[in-house]
Amino acid sequence: MKRRDFVKKATLSSFATLIGAEIVFGSNLLENYVPLALDESDPFKMYNKHKDMVVLNDKPWNIEAKAHLLDSKVTPNSAMFVRNNGLVPNNIDVKKWTLTIDGESVVSKKTYTLTELKSKFKEYTYQLTLECGGNGRSEFSPPAKGNQWTVGAVHCASWTGIRLKDVLEDAGIKSDAVYIGFHAADSHLSGDPKKEPISRGCPMTKALQDETILAFKMNGEDIPLIHGYPLRLVAGGWPASVSGKWLNRISIRNKVHDGTKMTGTAYRVPNHPVAPGEKVKDEDMRIIESMPIKSLITYPKSGAMLKKGKLLSIRGHAWAGELEVVKMEYSIDFGATWIDCTVEKPVNRLAWQHFEAKISFPKKGYYEVWAKATDSEGVSQPMLVPGWNPKGYLNNACHRIAVKVN
Amino acid sequence: MLKEEDLKKSSRLIRILSGLVILLLFFIPFHLMFPHFFELKSAPEVVLTALVKDKITEIEVDEDRIENGIHIKTGFVEGEGLMVVVNNCTSCHSSKIILQNRMNTDGWNATIKWMQETQNLWGLGVNQEIIVNYLVTNYPVKNKGRRENLSGIDWYEL
Repeated sequence: MKRRDFVKKATLSSFATLIGAEIVFGSNLLENYVPLALDESDPFKMYNKHKDMVVLNDKPWNIEAKAHLLDSKVTPNSAMFVRNNGLVPNNIDVKKWTLTIDGESVVSKKTYTLTELKSKFKEYTYQLTLECGGNGRSEFSPPAKGNQWTVGAVHCASWTGIRLKDVLEDAGIKSDAVYIGFHAADSHLSGDPKKEPISRGCPMTKALQDETILAFKMNGEDIPLIHGYPLRLVAGGWPASVSGKWLNRISIRNKVHDGTKMTGTAYRVPNHPVAPGEKVKDEDMRIIESMPIKSLITYPKSGAMLKKGKLLSIRGHAWAGELEVVKMEYSIDFGATWIDCTVEKPVNRLAWQHFEAKISFPKKGYYEVWAKATDSEGVSQPMLVPGWNPKGYLNNACHRIAVKVN
Repeated sequence: MLKEEDLKKSSRLIRILSGLVILLLFFIPFHLMFPHFFELKSAPEVVLTALVKDKITEIEVDEDRIENGIHIKTGFVEGEGLMVVVNNCTSCHSSKIILQNRMNTDGWNATIKWMQETQNLWGLGVNQEIIVNYLVTNYPVKNKGRRENLSGIDWYEL
């Protein structure tokens, strides 16, 4: 971390000195020297991301996957999107890391070391779907402000940790508790230490679910730094911003948590349908809770060309927030007809489900394969971009890939 | 005597010649392997220093250089107000978040107000109009309708 800061400063003011120092050893590396030095801030290397991931923003880091990178049933780190609101914490010392439970509605404020958390509470592992509330924002018209996510701000990794409810109950929850709010070690872009980049949370009902965990591990290993090492709240099925990274404090609140990005237009949508571009009053906005039904075709990659008469195998995942996916269909005629395909049960509640199909095309030409999932309450994905909202959340329109039959 | 001397002379000549041949035999592959071995060793350093100086000047002077109408450091297009935007809008966050977004005048003004209220952005004074004009002129809103065609498809044989 320190080294990277040095290089950053160097690029701004005194890169020449840096080169000058190196050149004493006189080599033909000069031409390559600049990119080599800047590799220190290469997110693909720093965070082990696949080379096809797309960097939307570099301060703070916001990086998204492409549909075909998400083909694995359990998402590997290399394909996991990154949505940061502030700067990644420096110099993490796990031996000194603590988690404090406080707030108006805690019986007794308590602080735990990581070792205490790990030894005192039972460990659980769940595969949990986390999707950014703004996934699909790029399709809204008029455009909505923020990172222009397309389809890749979703992942379903395997998380290991302890139940949040076990820790909250150990500290004691007063009867007037309504919400939890998290606090973390990342820092505000402005450098103002009094500001939190993000401090969100969820109602007690979500906080007390079995699958809402304080995770130490992701896919069986220490959580990568960029995904919240050493402690992350994971609340599957809700906007991923509820799953706070680098956690050091959780407040049990006697009112809806009012931390950064809980108010105004952040992670909130109109509580009634509005016309595209309409101004919405603050009191007419509601906090996003469960994410809507959605699916993604992860194989093949869009743009496949195949010979006439050949069957096309497709596969992908579908998820439904707090609910389950009960039906999966595809269309090759822009929704005129839909064909059922198989969809597996989730490995646990809040994990995405896998579908597959074999498609035969009637004649040569340009096709689009559209996928549509339906949840356990009978709600399906729309083919068009759903209700416009000021910040462009919850676009769960059908995913599609382009196919040519020759 | 003469004969003896001649013999000595010629044998010395043969020895010198064969010595030269051996040297040559040694030198040819050596030269092939290290073609610049016998060149002045200081020469590359001179070139290098010149190169370094070029690089130093380039980096120090041209941090705000523009190539093909693009401000290299930020990716912004060249236009009236560019440097005001660079200087006021890229110290806390990346230019990438600006380049991703499309807003009208009201939208940008509201965003600036939000940044001033919550993100410690300073007062922009007369620069605000310059900044907003630059953004709406160079990055206008495009109507995308309810669903766009798929674009940028990378076709491949499956």
